[in-house]
Order: sequence, then C-alpha cells, then structure tokens
Amino acid sequence: MRLKYIDEFRDPELARRVVDAIRTSWGERPPMRLMEVCGTHTVSIARAGIRSLLDGAVTMVSGPGCPVCVTPDGYIDAAITLGKRPDTILATFGDMLRVPGRHSSLEKERSGGVNVRILYSPLDAVETAAGNPGKEVIFLGVGFETTAPSIAGAILSAAVRDIGNFSVLSSVRTIPRAMEALASDPEVRIEGFLCPAHVSAIIGSDAYLPLAEKFGVPCVVAGFEPLDILYGIYLLLRQKIRGAAVVENEYSRVATPSGNRKAREIIATVFRESDIGWRGIGVLPGTGLAIADAYSEFDAQKKFGVEIPFTEDKTACRCGDVLKGKITPRECPLFGNACTPAEPYGPCMVSSEGTCAAYYKYGVQ
Amino acid sequence: MPGDKILLSHGEGGKRTRELIRKVIAKRFENPVLSPLFDSALLGRLDGEIAFTTDGYVITPAIFPGGDIGRLAVCGTLNDLSVCGARPVAISCSLILEEGFPVETLETILDSMEAAAKEGNVTIACGDTKVVEKGNADGIFITTSGIGIVNDGWRPAPENVRPGDRVILTGTMGDHQAAVLIARNRLEIAAKVLSDVAPLSSMLLDILSSFGGSVRFMRDPTRGGVGVSLNEMAESSRVRIVLDESRLPVADEVRGICEILGFDPIYLANEGKALLIVDGSAAEPIVDSLRKTQYGLNAAVIGEVVKGSPGVFMKTVIGGLRAVDYPVGEQLPRIC
Repeated sequence: MRLKYIDEFRDPELARRVVDAIRTSWGERPPMRLMEVCGTHTVSIARAGIRSLLDGAVTMVSGPGCPVCVTPDGYIDAAITLGKRPDTILATFGDMLRVPGRHSSLEKERSGGVNVRILYSPLDAVETAAGNPGKEVIFLGVGFETTAPSIAGAILSAAVRDIGNFSVLSSVRTIPRAMEALASDPEVRIEGFLCPAHVSAIIGSDAYLPLAEKFGVPCVVAGFEPLDILYGIYLLLRQKIRGAAVVENEYSRVATPSGNRKAREIIATVFRESDIGWRGIGVLPGTGLAIADAYSEFDAQKKFGVEIPFTEDKTACRCGDVLKGKITPRECPLFGNACTPAEPYGPCMVSSEGTCAAYYKYGVQ
Repeated sequence: MPGDKILLSHGEGGKRTRELIRKVIAKRFENPVLSPLFDSALLGRLDGEIAFTTDGYVITPAIFPGGDIGRLAVCGTLNDLSVCGARPVAISCSLILEEGFPVETLETILDSMEAAAKEGNVTIACGDTKVVEKGNADGIFITTSGIGIVNDGWRPAPENVRPGDRVILTGTMGDHQAAVLIARNRLEIAAKVLSDVAPLSSMLLDILSSFGGSVRFMRDPTRGGVGVSLNEMAESSRVRIVLDESRLPVADEVRGICEILGFDPIYLANEGKALLIVDGSAAEPIVDSLRKTQYGLNAAVIGEVVKGSPGVFMKTVIGGLRAVDYPVGEQLPRIC
C-alpha cells in the first residue's frame, strides 16, 4: 500500500479495510499494548476516533512526546524569574503560556506585567531582538528534535548578525533514549512503538534500531493522518504475530533511514548533549540539548546565572504516570474533577498536545 | 482630509469635533433619522416584537483581507438580529479613536460601514465619537447596537429543536479568522484567504419567509466558531447533535493553514455564516435555496439532531466517533 496524497490518508473505505485487516489478523488474542510516543499522534488518534474503532484488538497508551508536558515546573519558574528582569521580553510558542510552574504561569505573570510575546518561529524572536535593541529577548527553547534545528538556526543567525540582546533558555530534548527508558520499565509493558513522524524526519528511522534490537520491541515510524496511524498499527501487529522486532517506516514519503543530514549537523553545531529532567519521568542522562560553549553568549542560563532545578513534588496529579503510559487519564483521580482544561492541574491537561487534554476534549473513554 | 491624523481635540466637543462628525462621519451615513443629529434617533412607530442587540469590535489589523472593522461591526449586528428572525431597522455606531489614527483610514472604514448598511437594508441612526490618548487604544474600537422587528410569523428559537432535525451550515468554516491570522502574523503563506464578513439579513429572512416553521433555530458562528455555537445550541435546546466530518465545508486554503498551525477550523471565527437547525424533510430544499444566494453557495447539511443526552459529537471521516467540546481559551499555535 503506497499512500501519497492527503485525502487518501482520510479515505473512509481504505480505513475500513485496514481496520478489518487489523481485527482479522489479530483475532481473539488479548489487546496488544502499543505506545504512540508523540503528542501530535495522541491528538490525531483522539480526533479521528481511532480507539473506538480498534477497541479490543489494540490498547493505545500515550507517551512522553508532548514537549510542554515533560517540561519541568522548575523551567517555568526560571522563565518567570528571567521575565521579571527589567527590559526583558520573553518570546515563546503559545503552548507554553498556561503551563503551571510551582506558583504561577506565564499567562498569570503576563497579566501582572511580565512582557510575554507569542511567536510562531524562533527566528521571529531574533527579529524582535533586532527591533528592540534596548531590551533583552529571551526565547523559551522548548521542544524535541523537530524544533531543535530552528532554534539552532536562530542562534546562528543572531551570531552572524551580532545581535547581543538575544538568548535562549534551552529545554530542548531528544526522544530515542526516553523511549529506551520506557521500554526497559517493566511496569510500562510496551509491546510496540508508534514512532513520531516529524522527529523521525529529522533523526531518521535508523535511530530506533537500538530500541528494537536491545529491547525486542517492534517500532514503526508513522505519519499523522488517520490512515498513516491505522496502517502503522497494522504493521506493528504484523510484526508481533511474526515474532519480529524491527524498525519499519510507514512515513517514507518524508522520513528516510538516516534523516535530515543538514538538520542534524546544525543541531550538533549549536547544542551539546546534557542530562535533563523530564516532568513525571525523572532525569534522563544525555537526553537534553544544552547550548554548546561556543555559543554560550546566547545561553540565557549562563548569561543571567539562572538555575533550572528539577524536583518532583508528590501530589495527587498523576501526569507522570500518564506520560509513562502506566495509566490512562481517566484513572487519575483529578481528571475531569479538580483538573479540566479550564482549570488545569497538571501539564498533560494544559498542552493542546497533552494526553489528558485530548481525552477530555474528544471524550475518549 | 488626506494625511490628517485624529487629534485629542477631535474628541473634546468643540469645533473640531463638530467638523469631524459633520464632514467625515455624518456625511457618509446621511439619512433622515441621523441627519438632524438629535440626542436620540427617532425611529417612528415599530410594529412587531422588538429585537435589540449590541456588540463591541476590536480587531488587529483594522483592515484585513476581505474586509475591515467597519464592515465587521455592521454585519455582526445585522447578523445577530437576523438569526433571531428579526428584520433590521436601525443600528447605532459608537467610535473610540486613538490619537494619531489616520483620518483616511477612518474614512475607508466609514465608507465600508455605509456600504454594508446599504447592502443589509438598514439605517445607521445614531452614533458617538470619543478620542483617547495615544497608547490607550488599538487605533479604533467600534460598538454597534441594533434594533430589529420580528413580525408576527414564525420565530426561530431553541425550544423548537427536536430529534430528526438537521443542521445546516451556510458555507465554509473559518475563513474570517484564517484571513486575520495570516494578516496579523504576516505568515508567508501563498494561499489567498479572504474574510467572509457579510450581511446575511436578506438571505436568512428570505429562507424564513419561504420555509417558516421548518427553520427551528439559527445562530451565527462567530467567536469560537461552529464548535462553540453548536455546543451552545445543543445546550439551550437540550439535544444531542452528531456532525458528519466528511460533510463539513472547509476551504482548502483554510484547511492547509490549520494543518500547519495545529488549529481546528471548527473553532475558527466566521463573520458571514449561519448555522440553521431545520426540519429534516426541509433540509435539502433549504440547502438548494441557500446555494442560489451570494453568501450561501457552499451551504451544506453537516449533521443531525439525535436522541440522547445533550452535547455535540462527530462521526469522523474514517468512521470513528468523538466529542466536540468547548475549546478553552484561544487556540494557540503548537510547538511541533
């Protein structure tokens, strides 16, 4: 099956055939437990009603691939501290606005006078800095391999143009080793990974080879359209039936085995690997992308001497277990009661790509 | 007054104020009710139930692809009256101008208001102008109020809705907000998207007079889009609405923009569309009639009212079922 155009990925007749193939091939076995790692997959699955179609054959659990959800509250606190400096503009993607820190959020601080601007691209933050020479523009660099190249590009652009009033508070992180941490956790019990589409376009499908080989878990890179996802699930089931654990690439129209060389080069130039805390999961060695020493003048942490502490309070919020796929949102005692999109308690309910928000918004049972 | 800017003295009630009102504003809206510039507009005797509505308009940029804040203000009020089955009679226009606002832009906006009022067959009957210091407003704010009359005939209302009814949308979703998003963020997207801002009074009143009681309930899906309006309709009518995703009309350009930004067109604002809940058997004839009008070319049946607890659901293109809930806050661009 080779799919090329958008509407083919939403074709009802094709979808019905793939659903039938999944159900027929899986038969009466107990449901296979698959993790969609990426937040965009989580939203697509909820939005297309895929769980309602596969109930009984497949249990889809959501992973840690929502950059907002895994950003620790210490990062938000550090951003707020920086935002309160005089003549400072905090530039951020909109998703970050409502994420709670320990005591406040950027949205609340904005109403109190902190200058927060929502941008669509890190390069816009460089332009903002160029246009406001009397102010420091600090970009909140949050994301995975997908956003890392554009953040790196912004830093390189600021360096070339000698823009001294621009810096990045980096909380960029990488996915494959976080998946390995989950694969090795017996409580999580993942039988197959639906690997993220955009991240894989950058890092390439080969990045999951260690995961498949070392942990014996089938991996399929899939796009975000409903048929991409259904077909990806079918491929995972087929591997399981055959007893295989390899990497397959359903998203070959965009992602290649080795990924985007130029993007990986620019990431390697501007960033260096670091240990970083994942909200709900803990510190995962080598999964962070800190700004390399050569570009430390653009590193807001170094420039202003701010720390990003990583501590996890024990609260009733079970976002951590949701992020690890240990429970579904409805198993959290706060879900839909103390925690709703209007009054979110944890980050999984705040972010538009958060698992709890997707379950709530689309009525997933 | 090319090149002129609004000055604080334009709002201080003296000679400059009179000059602005007479030469720039009243000149454009000239009509027998407004022209005497009394403290109140005298509308004469009105026969029927009176509908009364008001709305404030703040939008950046004030002039956007397909329209401007003036057309938006007039159409918004006209449409609010029309979806209640009221024939618009008169509207008011209150302007709050920021010091330094270009008079030429104001003239463009006022021309646009007058053109929209003429198209919607309504009189701009009274108004007010205030000027605030630079920095205290975003160029221009407009408030319009409107009075309309519901004749003795049928009045669409939530309590008329029942299972078996169908939901009609009079055109493609999200054009207005997509156009404004592109203009506001200077997104370098080649697609040309124009706001749908339009007065729907003639179209809706014609449908009402032809199909009367078959039109159960109407709303204009402005802020919050079709998603929010349908939730409100389901709530006030205490019914369950199931949409058919494959029948939701969305322009390809708007769909593309939503894909890029991670927005859902069902929650994007519209300013020239209406949602109609109609008797099931009259749905197709009503859609046929709408499609013969300028603003109803892409009208479609998008769902139906079914038995069950109140709420809005969607049968997805691939056959799944999911809820369509109220969104929380504005839609924000996603990270990846």
